[in-house]
Amino acid sequence: MPDAQPSVFFAFLPEWIMLAGVLVLFVLTLGGDRVRAARWVSVATGAGVALAVLATFRVEAVLFDDAYRVDAFSQWLKLVFALGYIGCVLIGKNLKDIRGDVRPEYFFLLATSVTGFLLLAGSVDLITLVVALELSSFPLFILIAMRRETTAQRSQMESAVKYMMFGIAASGIMLFGMGYLYGLTGTTSLPLLVERLQPVLHTPLAVAGITLTLAAFFYKLAVFPFHFWTPDVYQGASNETTAIIGSLPKLASVLLMLRFAGAADPGVHTLAAVFAVLAVGSMFYGNLLALAQTDFKRLLGFSAIAHAGYTLIGLVALEETGFTAALYYATGYLFMILACFTVITRVSRDGSNLAITDLAGLHKRSPLLAATLLVGVFSLAGIPPFVGFMGKFSLLTAGLQQGFLWLVLLAVLNTVIAVYYYLRVVHAAFFTDPPEDADTAPIPLDPATVVLCLALIAAITGLGLIPGPFLETVNASLSSIRP
Amino acid sequence: MNLPEPSAGLPILSILIFAPLVAAAVALLLPAGRAVRWWALLATSAIGLFSLSLLFGFDASTAEFQYVEQRAWIPLLGMEYALGIDGISLLLVLLTTLITPFCVLASWTAVTLRTREFMVCMLIMQTAMTGVFTALDFVLFFIFWESMLIPMSILIGVWGGSGRVYAAIKFFIYTMAGSVLLIVAIIALRLETGTFSIPALMDQPYDLGFQLWIFGAFFISFAIKVPMFPFHTWLPHAHVQAPTAGSVLLASILLKMGTYGFLRFCLPITPLATLELAPFVLWLSIIAIIYGGLAALAQSDLKKIVAYSSVGHMGFATLGIFSLVQNGTVGGALVMINHGVTTGALFIAVGILYERLHTRDLSKSAGVGKHMPVFAFFLGMFCLSSLAFPGTNSFIGEFLVLGGAFEVSLALAVAAVPGVVIAAAYNLRILQRVAYGGTNNPDHSAVADIGLREICLLTPFLVFILWIGLQPAPFIGIMEASIENILEIISRAQP
Repeated sequence: MPDAQPSVFFAFLPEWIMLAGVLVLFVLTLGGDRVRAARWVSVATGAGVALAVLATFRVEAVLFDDAYRVDAFSQWLKLVFALGYIGCVLIGKNLKDIRGDVRPEYFFLLATSVTGFLLLAGSVDLITLVVALELSSFPLFILIAMRRETTAQRSQMESAVKYMMFGIAASGIMLFGMGYLYGLTGTTSLPLLVERLQPVLHTPLAVAGITLTLAAFFYKLAVFPFHFWTPDVYQGASNETTAIIGSLPKLASVLLMLRFAGAADPGVHTLAAVFAVLAVGSMFYGNLLALAQTDFKRLLGFSAIAHAGYTLIGLVALEETGFTAALYYATGYLFMILACFTVITRVSRDGSNLAITDLAGLHKRSPLLAATLLVGVFSLAGIPPFVGFMGKFSLLTAGLQQGFLWLVLLAVLNTVIAVYYYLRVVHAAFFTDPPEDADTAPIPLDPATVVLCLALIAAITGLGLIPGPFLETVNASLSSIRP
Repeated sequence: MNLPEPSAGLPILSILIFAPLVAAAVALLLPAGRAVRWWALLATSAIGLFSLSLLFGFDASTAEFQYVEQRAWIPLLGMEYALGIDGISLLLVLLTTLITPFCVLASWTAVTLRTREFMVCMLIMQTAMTGVFTALDFVLFFIFWESMLIPMSILIGVWGGSGRVYAAIKFFIYTMAGSVLLIVAIIALRLETGTFSIPALMDQPYDLGFQLWIFGAFFISFAIKVPMFPFHTWLPHAHVQAPTAGSVLLASILLKMGTYGFLRFCLPITPLATLELAPFVLWLSIIAIIYGGLAALAQSDLKKIVAYSSVGHMGFATLGIFSLVQNGTVGGALVMINHGVTTGALFIAVGILYERLHTRDLSKSAGVGKHMPVFAFFLGMFCLSSLAFPGTNSFIGEFLVLGGAFEVSLALAVAAVPGVVIAAAYNLRILQRVAYGGTNNPDHSAVADIGLREICLLTPFLVFILWIGLQPAPFIGIMEASIENILEIISRAQP
């Protein structure tokens, strides 16, 4: 910790800006139709947060009675959250599939949720952590329900209720597990808790406490068997909402899993075994079911389950290389999924769900969107030079390092299975001509979309080829979550 | 083996790798059609000419890597940006840079749809191919190796024939399935030795069990690329459906990456396992030679004949490489180059024919030689080269390979000889049908002979066919030291 404690205001600057943005958005919701204004305020807020993070990048501080920590680790994640937030807002564009009268509210709720994510990055106390987690979750439940109603179909309500019920149940299990951890250590401060956990780490109670706590994050990450909400919610929520649900919470849950799994070491075989079994289950379940999907969003839902499985390989290792790899992969995944959803929202004219066959002839309708889709999907499939490859590579390295050869082999087997359904998407977009009656008009793109597409392509390729700075900062600052 | 000090001066290899990428970026800004074609031709020709400068500073007397470049890349994961070439890779790099302009020329009139995207794919392919042959870091190698999949499948899938989608997807999944095991092997090697540096991984005392395991992973991935029997089933589809330039790239360069992998990785990194399993690979090669030849004999589609002949020729290459004697391995490496030249030329010739007749069927193109005498001359020479006629390049290569096979075992050599005879049969069959035809040929009187562009396109191939055939010494000389070094590693490993 530095000698001179920087002012609370400065160290907390990104969060202040975010909160200010939320307040402005709240005021906007009170007026009439102010979608455009709300959208630009959101983008400006996201950009402001990103700039503030860059300005405070070297700051290290512990705030609010040791409940909140600002360091390189949290700053990196806040930066990614801010960029992801901007991406989500730009993807939403004018929210064509959200009920007209609540569109400004949509941006307000999204900003509230992102505030939760930003706070999660810095929370190092169980209580702040739970508050931040719920702050990030609850707005998402409402966002799902805000999809426009189609005649005789209220699937968005079903999805919202599903997501909420599962979420609350998972939170309950998490609180139960946290109760154990508190009982064992007598503290809610994470660094202290991790330290006091060391002597009792191998007792069943500690392992049970950690595992139960992780349940909530398994749910958010859609790890098998906590995945049941995923395909339905992906399908039922509007395209732009799914983009949010599919991206930001995944990164947040990996981050939180590291906070707790960080207490353990490779010697805790039970925990490693739990992660390994969940990883294998998720990979196979997600990939095999994705093979049969025709709805693009549903396919991405199952693929999300599979990717959760890959990410868990990093946790199986229970040491720094693996943790870094998991976080790196989740960060890369955020950009890949945003790339896919940018394409989905632009191709789908009226905001309805997109079948894979609707992508037919995309390379003629919009070469840039087709290229974005190509990069996103091939990155998901783990083809170099994109981040999906380098991420998988580092995950597999971490797994093999701890001797999990069987797990690594199953993972690469899954990669091959997955290639097939990703190729189906590419096939539709590049190799097939649209049917006679389909919409074949070129898709006009506004400048913001063009910039978004290019930025996502650059991020996916750049993170894949030059991950050095990100990996090193994360790896170096992981010590803060380790005993 | 340690990596020599990075050489000072111009980073020639980096320029060769990234120049096509820059050219591709420029091509994206040009209007489709003529401008893009000329730009691609200009860029690839300039790169081709520039690559010749490698020859001047290259010292063929040593097996050391030359033109070495080394920079930190991702230190945390132990990866480096390391490039360098030895004799084997020098020839393959030159093959790549010199053949790409001809691929552009070969698609001059054949590709009229979305020319810009086509040329961009070709240029990205060139970057990846050059990278594969020059990378000295295993992860860097793998990145180039895999990133080739995307542009290649798009080349097949968008500009290919009627069954293009099936062929593209089959090609993609097959190759991908092979390379995932490669990645596990790469990680395992890194955990064993602590490095991804290819020269540092060579000649290490790994125990036999580990070597067998690594060899297996290498073998599957490279054998699919070669392709060796029984992993060859993707090849006929990909070759037949690909546009001419795609077929040429596939045959001339991509298949070489498999045999290059054997030479660069299997032999020097896992010498014990190589010794253990060489007989098995040798007999697989024999099967490939015979099977490829027989399958070629049974086809009526010209492209399929050439595709299956590739299986046979590459069988000779692997036969030579795994004979593990100087003559044989040098011959195998020479067959790689020869096949690149000859088969590339044959695919271009078939493409020329297809542009005129809109068919590749042997009986429908019968007798076309009467109206295309210049073309028939070129086709004849290429077929002679393909059947290893003395005086052409393949003769030298296959002769050396058979010589090596004799040194290993008589049975092996005897088993390979029918392959040569079958090759003569299917090549003469092409020649007889296309050049001469029967008594009642289809009417080809409207077909024009090849023009100046096509003569310019085919002549260099002929020059190389005869040059290697009559004066192979300089080509062999370049790679001799490198191959000697590989065989030394193997003999040192012998218990």
